[in-house]
Amino acid sequence: MDVVALSRWQFAITSVYHFFFVPLTLGLSVLVAMMETMYVRTGNATYKRMTKFWGNLFLINFAMGVVTGIVMEFQFGMNWARYSAFVGDIFGAPLAIEALLAFFLESVFLGVWIFGWEKLSKGMHLAAIWLAALGANISALWILTANSFMQHPVGFAVENGRAVMTDFWALLGNPYLWTQFPHTVLSGFTTGAFFVLGISAYHLVRRREVDFFRRSFQMASVFGVIAIFLVILVGHSQAQRMVQFQPMKMASAEALWESEDPASFSLFTVGDEKRRADVFAIRIPALLSVLAYNQPTGLVKGINNLQAEYEQQYGPGNYVPSVITAYWSFRIMVGTGFLMMALALLALYPTLRGRPISQMPLVKFFPWVIALPYIANTVGWIFTEMGRQPWVVMGLMKTEDAYSPNVPAGAVLLTLIVFTLVYAGLMAADVYLLRKFAKAGPPAPESDKDGKAEQTPEFETAVP
Amino acid sequence: MDLNTLWFLLIAILYIGYFVLEGFDFGVGILLPFLGKNDTQRRTIINTIGPHWDGNEVWLITAGGATFAAFPQWYATLFSGFYLPLFLILLALIVRGVAFEFRSKDEHPLWRKSWDWAIFGGSLVPSFLWGVAFTNFIRGVPIDGNFVYVGGFFNLLNPYALLGGVVSLLGFILLGALFLALKTTGELATAAETVARRAWAPAGVALLAYVIATYFFTDVLKQLGVNPGPVPLGAPIFLLVAGYFIYNRRSGWAFTMTVLAVVSAVATIFMILYPRVLVSSIDPAYSLTIYNAASGQYTLRTMTIITLIFLPFVLAYQAWAYWVFRKRVGSKAEELHY
Repeated sequence: MDVVALSRWQFAITSVYHFFFVPLTLGLSVLVAMMETMYVRTGNATYKRMTKFWGNLFLINFAMGVVTGIVMEFQFGMNWARYSAFVGDIFGAPLAIEALLAFFLESVFLGVWIFGWEKLSKGMHLAAIWLAALGANISALWILTANSFMQHPVGFAVENGRAVMTDFWALLGNPYLWTQFPHTVLSGFTTGAFFVLGISAYHLVRRREVDFFRRSFQMASVFGVIAIFLVILVGHSQAQRMVQFQPMKMASAEALWESEDPASFSLFTVGDEKRRADVFAIRIPALLSVLAYNQPTGLVKGINNLQAEYEQQYGPGNYVPSVITAYWSFRIMVGTGFLMMALALLALYPTLRGRPISQMPLVKFFPWVIALPYIANTVGWIFTEMGRQPWVVMGLMKTEDAYSPNVPAGAVLLTLIVFTLVYAGLMAADVYLLRKFAKAGPPAPESDKDGKAEQTPEFETAVP
Repeated sequence: MDLNTLWFLLIAILYIGYFVLEGFDFGVGILLPFLGKNDTQRRTIINTIGPHWDGNEVWLITAGGATFAAFPQWYATLFSGFYLPLFLILLALIVRGVAFEFRSKDEHPLWRKSWDWAIFGGSLVPSFLWGVAFTNFIRGVPIDGNFVYVGGFFNLLNPYALLGGVVSLLGFILLGALFLALKTTGELATAAETVARRAWAPAGVALLAYVIATYFFTDVLKQLGVNPGPVPLGAPIFLLVAGYFIYNRRSGWAFTMTVLAVVSAVATIFMILYPRVLVSSIDPAYSLTIYNAASGQYTLRTMTIITLIFLPFVLAYQAWAYWVFRKRVGSKAEELHY
């Protein structure tokens, strides 16, 4: 493998791994902050125990997100020096702003939150977790500002062989950003919700800490339904922008070889990438046009037509991403999304009707559904990034031109192997700790200062 | 002052802040296995930097981001050129950060011991390599006419740079020992003071050797972008004064003086560099400067406005966090969150 391929593998592995931890940070930080808010408002000690129990799981996950994030900050320069020099004028700004506005907020107030239980007033302590959660979610805004530029460059000009920023507000107002940002953050909220639902269900089935986990489950079910509903809604408008800004990505996601009007939606396609043709396909007529334009007609461009168009515009070359990757990653993401929607609604039902959660259908499978948002998050990013190929910045720079010319392939191979091994080891330690604490449940309630222990009902009862 | 100079100054301040703040928490990490005689002591040591290490590290992330935004060519040349040392630093920071969070979450002695050594190694490696890296900045490295670093890994490990590594390592150990003397009580505080006394003389000798070597191995005398005045003398003088306080067991003052020594040393390096950011050993014309490596004026102006608005808040709440945790860390189990 050459240095470009190795660098791509390293970027793929380190970023997928990084994003394994980020969504839970985004969602669980908000859920923990909501739990502590309930504690401060009601004084109910169960909410304090919830804050600490879920907060502990949050921190185990958070540490991994932070340290893997450091690599992301420096990797552009290490492995993609030509890219960094070419777009740094634009791309560096959101990264610097992210560190200044988000990372400081997140890390300082999280430190205060972890260590400040005895040192701060209730209100200040609550403010600390909200500020940390805010920091985490603001960081998503800025890093996605940078990523949106790669998907749909705006607010720039090319001068002396470098892209330079001409309009900061255009960069921040990038229409691509304002679907990608909510889609990503809400996916994080969904991840947090499913994490809490799954672990709570595990304990509720075993009739342990029923009051504690019922409250957790109920909170997460409401949060989760809202989040996944919005994820899908925003995802729909994101796909519409994709038709507009990245038609090749859309065409690949649909295995649409030739332009169609009205365009059909692929239910299942086995294609031949070399010949760029279907081997076997079931397609629903006009549905893609409906999805793209909210009406039964409308041109959706096909892969072959776009290839010809790009050859005219950018010169000879292959402008088609890996269709099989784009097609299946898109389908798995969307399919998992709708499955999560159904499961979230299922989980909401006992919450709304005040029914015991332990009797909910499929409740025993809920610990396993924690995997679903992780699958969707991962394939979602694989689709976003792989679907943009061969471009690193859409229409401006190809990935094959973005590498560091002075870094030998051997060095990248070495770092690729070591990162992968170290990350695997850390992942094992992380999963071990998460499992251990999740299965153990919260520690026994501490007595209040006035000596009365909190109430923990033994049996789950219906609440209006 | 033009915007390029302002951003050079800002990045210098970020690195100075980083080396002071993470300097002492690196030192604490290095001393962990030696000063912590039992698990409670080791937990106490880790808890002294518990609320702060992550916020301290963000100074580096911000310096990296600011370099990318303001001087993309510097970011590209430096990080691709110093590929392997930077990789080692990243690896160290990764295991170290996770170790703080994971270490006390399981009782098993082997688990805890492994993470303790991860904290040690994760603190030792960057303490040394940052000195090596910064010394190479001023010594000059082979950079060609396309702003591409063409030296290998071992080119960076020259004697002068290695001496720089020893200086930063000893300096951070001294900072860490003094920090622990301030933040712990009893036996642990006394042991930390002893370490500070033992580390002071070697740190002083190394620094003195480094200052002398700097006159021989850099163009500090020939090319003065900015006349540093008495600043280069600051590091040895402050360290000398720190010695006085160390031997009189006034750890607060000793810590302050050592911090000032670190500030002067890093400030001197940036003064020697200015207006360059990376010195080419091939041809002075190939050196990266704050002009040929910079972003456009529009980006610099935008970033300046954003920074001027938000930086005061960042500094204020981080200072407040240090104020919240100003007391010494006791050994009561319920107060040890790590």
